[in-house]
Amino acid sequence: MRRRSIGWLELYGLLFIALLYGPMLLLPLFSFNDSLYIAFPFKGFTVKWYEAMVQDSALLAALRNSLSVAIPVSIVSTAFGLLTAKALTRFRLPGRRAIVGLIMVPLVIPFIILGIALLTTLRKTFDVPLSLWTVAAGHILICLPFSVMVLISRLEGFDRSLEEASLDLGESAWSTFWRITFPIVLPGVVSSLLMCFTASFDEFLIAFFLSGDGATLPVFIWSQLRFPQKLPNVLALGSCILVLSFLLIAIAEKLRRGGIPTEKHSGF
Amino acid sequence: MASKDNSFISLQGVAKHFGSLRAVEDVTFDIKRGEFFSLLGPSGCGKTTLLRMLAGFEVPSSGEIYIDGQPMSAVPPNARPTNMVFQSYAIFPHLTVAQNIAYGLRKKGLSKAELADTVEQALQRIRLGGYGQRLAHQLSGGQRQRVALARALVCRPKVLLLDEPLAALDKKLREEMQIELRQLQRSVGITFVFVTHDQEEALALSDRIAVMSKGRTLQVDSAARLYEAPSCREVAGFIGSMNFFDGTVTDVDGDIATVDAGSAGALRVPVNGHATRRGAKATVAVRPEKMEIAWQPPQGVTNSVAGRVTAEAYFGDRSHYHVEVSGLPHHIAVALQNSQRSLDTTEARGRRVWLTWPVESSVLLPQAGG
Repeated sequence: MRRRSIGWLELYGLLFIALLYGPMLLLPLFSFNDSLYIAFPFKGFTVKWYEAMVQDSALLAALRNSLSVAIPVSIVSTAFGLLTAKALTRFRLPGRRAIVGLIMVPLVIPFIILGIALLTTLRKTFDVPLSLWTVAAGHILICLPFSVMVLISRLEGFDRSLEEASLDLGESAWSTFWRITFPIVLPGVVSSLLMCFTASFDEFLIAFFLSGDGATLPVFIWSQLRFPQKLPNVLALGSCILVLSFLLIAIAEKLRRGGIPTEKHSGF
Repeated sequence: MASKDNSFISLQGVAKHFGSLRAVEDVTFDIKRGEFFSLLGPSGCGKTTLLRMLAGFEVPSSGEIYIDGQPMSAVPPNARPTNMVFQSYAIFPHLTVAQNIAYGLRKKGLSKAELADTVEQALQRIRLGGYGQRLAHQLSGGQRQRVALARALVCRPKVLLLDEPLAALDKKLREEMQIELRQLQRSVGITFVFVTHDQEEALALSDRIAVMSKGRTLQVDSAARLYEAPSCREVAGFIGSMNFFDGTVTDVDGDIATVDAGSAGALRVPVNGHATRRGAKATVAVRPEKMEIAWQPPQGVTNSVAGRVTAEAYFGDRSHYHVEVSGLPHHIAVALQNSQRSLDTTEARGRRVWLTWPVESSVLLPQAGG
């Protein structure tokens, strides 16, 4: 009989997770603390920071800005991503690897470099005024890799003869896409929408460089950090974003893995 | 009309190249209306590419396919009078069985009630009544195969294309489905074009078979003719098993040629329409089950080859022997029915034997370059 005991490896694992997620849990914890300062011991439980948060009109404006960027960005990125992923999985494209590599590049370029590059291009070269539009354009650039990645994996696990069967049964390419391809990749599409939304909603650097007057939520939070008395509001807001992001990504992952059971060859 | 029925599907010089790969080369043959026609060959022989060209998923690099008199090159798959049963069955996983079967009927202008009726009848016909609301992953392999068949057949195609539809089923189910498929084809009267690599399946099902190898058709013929009168060594070797004696034609006397097969001696064989002449290289081919084993030197028979039994395999109803003939590179396979055998039959291995066969049981095959 082997006795189950906590060995070094398990200890290391627990420590690793505690250090990774512990600091993040402090945020929600202190958001309920009845004190202006982030310091132990706790003074008492309160929800007044949350009340203050929902009454802060500047904060609500920033939230509106963030949503009006993140929602269109997730839709546009997912649409582009679907077209890209379909082309990459369905056709024998010359230079397929190079194309995939190029699409993934924004993931490995530091966002600060990307932000500066976009800022100088937009302002100096094309003289485009900064606005939420420019933020959205920057976010599409960094969301596309997520979308393409999620959708390629969905489309690759998809029996191509399903589309051929639909054509064979008399449907055009267009109606085949809507009757067969789209419903089957739908979990991937929703997963991509949620991931892109989260990526855009949480993004700071590009939004910081490319937003004009209208700050998005992360940019607003940054600006609030100068005022100590506003800090608890930011904690409350941060906690909300944390929970929302976690939920969205969890749903996205679940959808990406599960969804409709695609029929594979039986007996193989 | 009769001639048109004989060339209901007509392939004329059809070729398909993928880059430098020549998947199908210069294929020309006709398929009759209402025929159960099989494309048979090892994997990579071009049979599936040929089927996909009939369906419209691939366009020939050259040549033309006619179905019912119409050239097909410019016709997309959704406008062709063909429907296909895919090897993977391609049952739409997000639709129910009933929705799958109704899929191709959307544009036929049926009312809701007619549609439901048609689907219900189709379900009854494939003995899946009551399964209409199930999803593909709730069905067994054989059930999925029947749904794929029904989905294609409710569209009433002129031609049904089947891409190895039985390959994924286990042996017993496959044999049942072969019989069902054949009955179904007779009852609906639709032309079936069936792709398979399984020669027994092709022989059992088909009116005619095109044997393919390396992108070309070797012989297009009935099962019996492919087996009894193969046109070349590849066909003879692919359909069933065959013994070959290579040699040189020494005499042609009317319908009978004499071939000097080296250490196997002089063999007499029907010419059977093959162009041959004295001095030409030729092969005499004999099926294992058409040979007899004589344990004593035979008297007064035409074809007789002496050898020694090197191996015996006993299958109850029949036995297989390997006979070594000195000077021949391969052993000769003989299959005997054990109708005379009893418990005290002596062991054959190591015994000296004489193989004999009637002249008309052998086939003359012209040799490449001969």
